[in-house]
Amino acid sequence: MIALLIAKRLGLGLVTLFIISLIVFFSVQLLPGDVAQAILGRTAPPEAVAALRTRLGLDLPAHVRYLQWAGGLFQGDFGDSLANRRPVLDLLSERIGNTFFLAAVSACIAVPLGLILGLASAIYRSRPFDHATSLAALLAISVPEFLTAYILVAIFAVELGWLPAVSMVQPSQGILDRFILISLPAATLALGVIAYILRMTRAAIGNVLSSPYIEMAKLKGVSPYRLVVRHALPNALSPIINVVLMNLAYLVVGVVVVEVIFVYPGLGQLLVDSVSKRDIPVVQACGVLFATAYILLNLLADVLSILANPRLRRPRGGV
Amino acid sequence: MRHEKMDPSCGEAVLDIAGLNVRARSGNQWHPIVSDVSLTLRRGEILGLVGESGSGKTTIGLASLGFARTGCAFAGGEVRFKGQDLLRMAPAARRALRGDRIAYVAQSAAISFNPARTLMEQVIESVVDRGTKSRAEARADARALFRLLHLPDPDRIGDRYPHELSGGQLQRVMAAMAMLPRPDLVIFDEPTTALDVTTQVEVLSAVRELVARFGTAAIYISHDLAVVAQLAHRIMVLRHGRLVEEGETRKMLAEPQEPYTRSLWAIRTFAKDSLPASDVLLEVNGVSASYGSLKALDNVSLTLQRGRTVAVVGESGSGKSTLARVVTGLLRANGGEIRFSGETLAASAKSRTKLQLQHLQIIHQSADASLNPLHKVREVIGRPLEFFFGLTGAQRERRIVEILEQVELGAEHLDRLPSEMSGGQKQRVCIGRALAAEPALMICDEATSALDQLVQEGILKLLTRLQQEQQISYLFITHDIATVRAIADRIVVMHRGRVVQEGPKDEVLAPPYPPYTKLLLSSVPEMDPDWLDRLLASRKQAVSDKAVS
Repeated sequence: MIALLIAKRLGLGLVTLFIISLIVFFSVQLLPGDVAQAILGRTAPPEAVAALRTRLGLDLPAHVRYLQWAGGLFQGDFGDSLANRRPVLDLLSERIGNTFFLAAVSACIAVPLGLILGLASAIYRSRPFDHATSLAALLAISVPEFLTAYILVAIFAVELGWLPAVSMVQPSQGILDRFILISLPAATLALGVIAYILRMTRAAIGNVLSSPYIEMAKLKGVSPYRLVVRHALPNALSPIINVVLMNLAYLVVGVVVVEVIFVYPGLGQLLVDSVSKRDIPVVQACGVLFATAYILLNLLADVLSILANPRLRRPRGGV
Repeated sequence: MRHEKMDPSCGEAVLDIAGLNVRARSGNQWHPIVSDVSLTLRRGEILGLVGESGSGKTTIGLASLGFARTGCAFAGGEVRFKGQDLLRMAPAARRALRGDRIAYVAQSAAISFNPARTLMEQVIESVVDRGTKSRAEARADARALFRLLHLPDPDRIGDRYPHELSGGQLQRVMAAMAMLPRPDLVIFDEPTTALDVTTQVEVLSAVRELVARFGTAAIYISHDLAVVAQLAHRIMVLRHGRLVEEGETRKMLAEPQEPYTRSLWAIRTFAKDSLPASDVLLEVNGVSASYGSLKALDNVSLTLQRGRTVAVVGESGSGKSTLARVVTGLLRANGGEIRFSGETLAASAKSRTKLQLQHLQIIHQSADASLNPLHKVREVIGRPLEFFFGLTGAQRERRIVEILEQVELGAEHLDRLPSEMSGGQKQRVCIGRALAAEPALMICDEATSALDQLVQEGILKLLTRLQQEQQISYLFITHDIATVRAIADRIVVMHRGRVVQEGPKDEVLAPPYPPYTKLLLSSVPEMDPDWLDRLLASRKQAVSDKAVS
């Protein structure tokens, strides 16, 4: 029963991925301008441009090029970068570790903090603590990321001089140095994520708190702490799981702005560089990679939500 | 006999409510919902609180735990539990009493158990948290109570989740949960209202057994006087938050003093005479249907004549609502045929003609769930007029008012939202919406079950009048025998997806009965304090006779 549900979700994920690959491939085709022209520059002779177009396969019909490209993806071949002729896979693998490192550090700070603060504001709802966290969360969400980043830089790098303003990590650096280097971008990302998780946790629990079984628990003399953690939380898990995993997905794919600001050598910066250079194979590869991360994390959210619900885990009649 | 054993005048007072006032806020205004109510309850005594919805009986029940719902507040009086005033106590001290010395059994166990936790966790929670019993002791005690309450598989039923049990089983588990700390006082808040009559008997006898065994004081809240009469030593009748009358049970039943009390006693005397046969409108032939692998309808056949009423009765799970879903085309039948006005109906509503959809309307049990909370009455009734007849503007407005008058509402209700009307008014709007389509057949799926008895009677009279005026046929689905008596021409008795009996009302409701019909009819509580004793004795007798033979 559950296996079937999960298989269905997995199948849907594959279909989504296929559609996304179509969108990624063909939307890049819609970009104005010509790749060969862009590579060779405006002054290049038409014959040279035409020769390059043939060599890159740009003169083939679009569907043929899509099949070649998608076929390559299945074999782990993302093509070569147009800008420097290196395999796209090499470029990605240099960067992907950095992106996941930053995402993981941010997540380790943000997820537990967001959940704990959300639970606390549900327990102390309508009390000063709740009002203060609500206001802080609203601020954290409303201030755009780049502004948060610059405020943090202004305080901790410029004014206090405690932390570096840019995060140019090198492969040779030790783990401790890396932690220090990424502390500001990680803090920037974590602030937003904490705020979202906090608000969602509080709202999800708030919805459950008006249920008759919560009134029943009160009439059994259950303490306010146990009321929230033991009675409300298990029933609010599904939306909370979803918001946590959506935010994890955001940490992987939504880091573009933060990486650029802190000059952090991750996938986001690679994407921005490649767009400006019209390095289409790299842009496409990043698009598919980000989409895959998103789909996998959403899939995980669905599966966990199913497992958290006894009515789905143990359907009636199956006992 | 149990009434004679009890002498309410002796023994210590467990609960003493004096001059209780509770008020509720709507918008910026406070209005009283309980006014100046006093009562005393002694050890081992059961007090019945009787009244319609809005009479304040649940509010008084909750106040006995020192609890007021959100939007309500205590506005004076005292609630003394063994001498301590619950209303002027520190919250922590009050919490320590709840679920330990004072327990509560909620109206609908199905929604009052936490769906995400096993039953055992919830049952033993209050004693284990307080450290009165170890986990193992509490579990053993809970199993013993489950056994006492005749729950199936008492050793393992606690490991199940709420959705895995039936409503009647959950209600008994909740009674076990309340009794586990051996409280001094239990509040039973309509514990059988959501149940079928056959299940109600089991829960009633379980409640009585528990209270008698542990000598607990109890308040039993119900709108059904016949139910309260089986348990209570004394009865208090409430209306609009005030005490109408109070007295010893037998005396109250025999000689009620107040006119309002007498009107409650006289309810449900309305019954229409069976009408002669007429031409056939709906024919259901050998229909079967299932949910996945679960068979819900098994070869069901019935006929309904124009301008007549067929009542479909049975307990929950008997397939009566499934039948409604199949006839309306919301659920596809796996076999059989449905004929309506001489035409065969397509299995799915989507494939039916507009005229067929128009002539077959449905009224649901819950008017709240079937009305859009953001739509005013004008939109609710205007929509089918526009859709089926293309009426707009002043013409449409005129017709809406006409329909409102037919359902005994008026033009002043045009701009009301569902939240601004009472339960009975909302159900009238739903009937009006169905009427707007000028139907030949209305399916009423427990259309009056959620309403108070006086309101129910009004709706049944309205439906009967509309039938006489417009020759509408009703397929009336209900578990309530009094409703059947009031409205049916023919009766179909269903049990486990099959029709077990079918015939004219007077035949089905008169002996000799087939076994299931007999069980169903004998389970309807009677206005006689000895009814439950007699019923249980006769069933016990029947079982032992069977064992002998």
